Order: sequence, then C-alpha cells, then structure tokens
Amino acid sequence: MTFDVARVRKDFPILDRTVRGGKPLVYLDSANTSQKPRQVIEAITDFYERHNANIHRATHELGEEATQAYEGARIKVARFIGAADESEVIFAKNVSEAINLVAYGIGNATSGRFRLGEGDEVVISEMEHHSNIVPWQLLCQRTGAKLRWFGVTANGRLDLSSADDLINERTKILAISHQSNVLGTINPVSDLAARAHAVGAVVLVDAAQSVPHGLMDVTSLGADFVGFTSHKMCGPTGIGVLWGRRELLEELPPFLGGGEMIETVWMDHSTYAPPPHKFEAGTMPIAQAVGLGAAIDYLREADLAAVRAHEHGLVSRALQALSEIESVRILGPTEPVDRGSAISFELADVHPHDVSQVLDDCGVAVRAGHHCAWPLHRALGVQSSTRASFYLYNTLDEVEALAEGIRTAEKFFKVT
Amino acid sequence: MQLESLYQEIILDHYRHPHHKGLREPFDAEVHHVNPTCGDEITLRVTVKDSGGEAAVADVSYDALGCSISQASASVLTDLVIGKPVSEGMEVSAAFLEMMHDRDAEPDDEVLGDAVVFAGVAKYPARIKCALLGWMAWKDATARALSSVNGEQT
Repeated sequence: MTFDVARVRKDFPILDRTVRGGKPLVYLDSANTSQKPRQVIEAITDFYERHNANIHRATHELGEEATQAYEGARIKVARFIGAADESEVIFAKNVSEAINLVAYGIGNATSGRFRLGEGDEVVISEMEHHSNIVPWQLLCQRTGAKLRWFGVTANGRLDLSSADDLINERTKILAISHQSNVLGTINPVSDLAARAHAVGAVVLVDAAQSVPHGLMDVTSLGADFVGFTSHKMCGPTGIGVLWGRRELLEELPPFLGGGEMIETVWMDHSTYAPPPHKFEAGTMPIAQAVGLGAAIDYLREADLAAVRAHEHGLVSRALQALSEIESVRILGPTEPVDRGSAISFELADVHPHDVSQVLDDCGVAVRAGHHCAWPLHRALGVQSSTRASFYLYNTLDEVEALAEGIRTAEKFFKVT
Repeated sequence: MQLESLYQEIILDHYRHPHHKGLREPFDAEVHHVNPTCGDEITLRVTVKDSGGEAAVADVSYDALGCSISQASASVLTDLVIGKPVSEGMEVSAAFLEMMHDRDAEPDDEVLGDAVVFAGVAKYPARIKCALLGWMAWKDATARALSSVNGEQT
C-alpha cells in the first residue's frame, strides 16, 4: 500500500491555514516541533472534558480513569520503543529534563557505580544539542570528572578515529545523540554503546530526532538511558520520556524530590518509591501524557515503515534540489544514507535569518540560527545555518516550494 | 510581497556597504554582545570626548557577524551618534527601543533620522533582537566609557 500523504494532511488542521497574507503554509520545521493531528488534540480535549482528575491519589472514579489514562500512556510508550517493561519509562518535561534527571541523579550518588569524581571521564560529542552538553558540563564541574568529546568530520559524521583514546577504563558515561538535529546524521550508537559497555561505562542516547520517525528499539540499541520528547512526534509540549534499564533506575538516586516519588517520609529522611515513580515528583503533565499516547497510536496507525520511506523520498529529492542551486552549501551528509530528514545549509554569504525571512514571506517555515548546537557550527566553521526538516505530512511539492523560496532569496539579496 | 517593508533599500545599502566598520584605536570602552538565539555577535568600541563641558561621542567602531538587519542597524547607529553629545545619542537609542517595542506608535523621524527605516522590523518580533544588538552594545559601551573617563578624572 502506498503512503497517502493527502489523507495524512487532512488529519492536521493547521496545514490548512495560510500565512503572511494568504500564502499556503509550507511547514518545514518539524525537527523543531511537529504539528499535531486532530486525533491528538481531541484526546487531550476529551481527557479534560470527561476524565480530568489527579492521578494515583484521587479516591474516586475520575481519579481511577485519569490514572488509567496516564499509566496507559506509559504502556504505549514502552511498546513503541521496545522496552522490556513500562516501569522503565519515566515521564519528564522534555529531553533536556530527561538528561538532567540522569546527570543530577549521578551527581547525587555517594557510592556505587554512579559515583563520579576526579579521574573519571564523561564523553560526549561536538554534534550534540546543547541539552546533551550543558548538563554534563555542570556534572563535571560538581564532581571533578573530566569532560571529553568526539569531534566531527568535514562531511558531518562523528570522527571515530579517536574512539580508542576517548573510550577507556576511566570513561564512566557516554552521552551521544542518535540523530543530529542539525545535520540529520544518524550515529553508530550501538557500536559505541558496545565499546562503552566493554569499559564499564553507562550510555545515554539523545533520541529526540530519531524516535519521532519510529527509529527506536531500546533492546537492540544497546544503550542504558534514552531520552526523547513528545512534541516532536505529533504529541503535545510539556512531556518527554526517559527510558532506562530497570536495574540502573533502581540504583540511580532521585533527581527531584517531592510528592508521589516517596515510599515513606520522616522529618530527617525519606525512602523512595520504586521506578518509575521515584523520578516523577509532584503532579505530572497528565493530559499531555494522554496526548502522547494518542500520538503514538496515530504514528503506529500511519505505519512507520511507510512514513520513513515517504520521508526518505522527500529528503532525497530535497538534497538533489538543493545541490542544484549553486550558491547552496549543504552541511553534513549530502547523500540520503544514514541520515534523517533534517537538512541544514548555507546560501552564499546571506545570513540564515535573512534566508528564513524570505522563505517565511513565501509561506515556507524553516529554522535559522545555530539550532541549539553552537559547538557543532563552530566545528564546521559556520556561524549559523538555515534548516529545513521534513515529517510524514510533507509533500514533494513542498520540497519544490523550498527550492523556489531559496531562489527568491538569492534574487532578493542579489547572490551572483 | 511584504518583504520590502522590512528590507528598506537604505537597510540593504548599509548592509552591503557598512559605515565606520572595523575596530579602531584608541577607545575608552569595548564590549562584546551576542544574540544567543542565532549566535550573532558584535564587538563595539566607544571613545568619548569633552565638548564644551558635555560628554560627546568621539568615535564608535565595531566588528560584527550577523544578518542584514543587525549589520545595517549598527552601521546606521554610527552615523547617528558619532560627533553628537552622548545625551542626544541616548535619546535616539531610547526612541529606537520604543519603535521596536510598539509597532503601532508613529516613529519620530526628527529624533530617529535614518534609523526610522527600521520601523518595519517591529512587525517581525523574531528580528527585533537583531536590530537592537548594536544599540544595546553601544549603550553598554558608552556607560562604561563614561564611568572609566569620570573615574580617571576623580
């Protein structure tokens, strides 16, 4: 069965609207946040209209329904990523919070495998989003551990030539992105995780850009922690996920203390609930969890293999169309191999803000700047870039609209 | 196309041929400002002088990386403040800030001079920081220059 993008588009009410004085919206900023299908919006509305109550503590029918809806979403997430058990799925605010949860939890460890100190090393890469850099800088500052990182090659792949040096007996943590939010590069996470495990390190994967495309089986990936966020996968903002191996979640000290994460509380000490609740302090984003569950249902229904094939077609065509424009320089892999559906580029010496402004005037929504990956831009020798990213609802016509918009920007800024 | 309301010809001219660009000696204060959302940056130096008992702007020199709006804005700024009393420059700066933050207000071209061409930026909230980058750097550097000069005098 072929993928019916026209039918998919009907599910996303926002795609019908016009922008900038009547131009059809061409939304190419899904790596930033995805649009939401009616099914997700309705699930959230239905929860608020019919089932709203606090979870785990309300002793009435609504409370039971709300708890069931929230915990039901956890089960959907677990199945979506191939987790052994839903107790390995922790809800957080977003990927940043998921990564901070691990980093601060480790920082709170006074003994055991998570204790970190001088002589220990934390390894990241230059390709990371700031959310997978700054928490580790903070952790290293607190503990005296040393932060090290993989560089990137000129064509936007991880420079693995230093892997033997970087991953050694001092390595305690490897934190790496599954797919670059700037370049689209898909990293060989399983191989790196195997190396890291061989020296006894724990492995965290930032999967914000891969999970939305159904590219996640936590069992075969080989990582210990995986973070991703709802709003990039057709779900609402305000909720993200940390998956962790059960035995590690049991050992990892809590991050945020408060209601619902406890087992017992005395005035001078507390004991904690088992995972996942140990890491879910206070009232959680309940309706958002329900929305995420609906987004997962939606993506499964859409058939993720077909979605990926559709996206591959879009990216292949976009890479081709952009490479035909002489003044465009694509950052990162220019072939549609081991790369996802984000393409960042430069247009001669026209600043990305100016490129995106012209595109916006054509109705084409992209992102301009360093995309929360300043070190990566520095490593590639560019100040900033323009990024187009594709998702299941985009069309080949929209790829042409992007190319046309770039040519308009060329003319407007007199690129010769 | 609505683009022309944003990218006035004067803006594009200043962008292509910026005035007073480059860092010059001597200077009384230097600042480095960045726009963290896009990575645009400016290094700006200010020299002040005494002009009949009043502080005046002797020179503003700068080096900057950024979009057409931020580059042109810094260039227009130098035209408007160099040689003027600091108080007058601050008045322009305040009027510029007001123009950015109140898209319905009628900008005062008597005060703003060429800077009035940036009125269209107020309609694009994401670009306001671009237009303000140079002005914020100038205000900061001037305040530092004045305090360092005053410090030397006392």
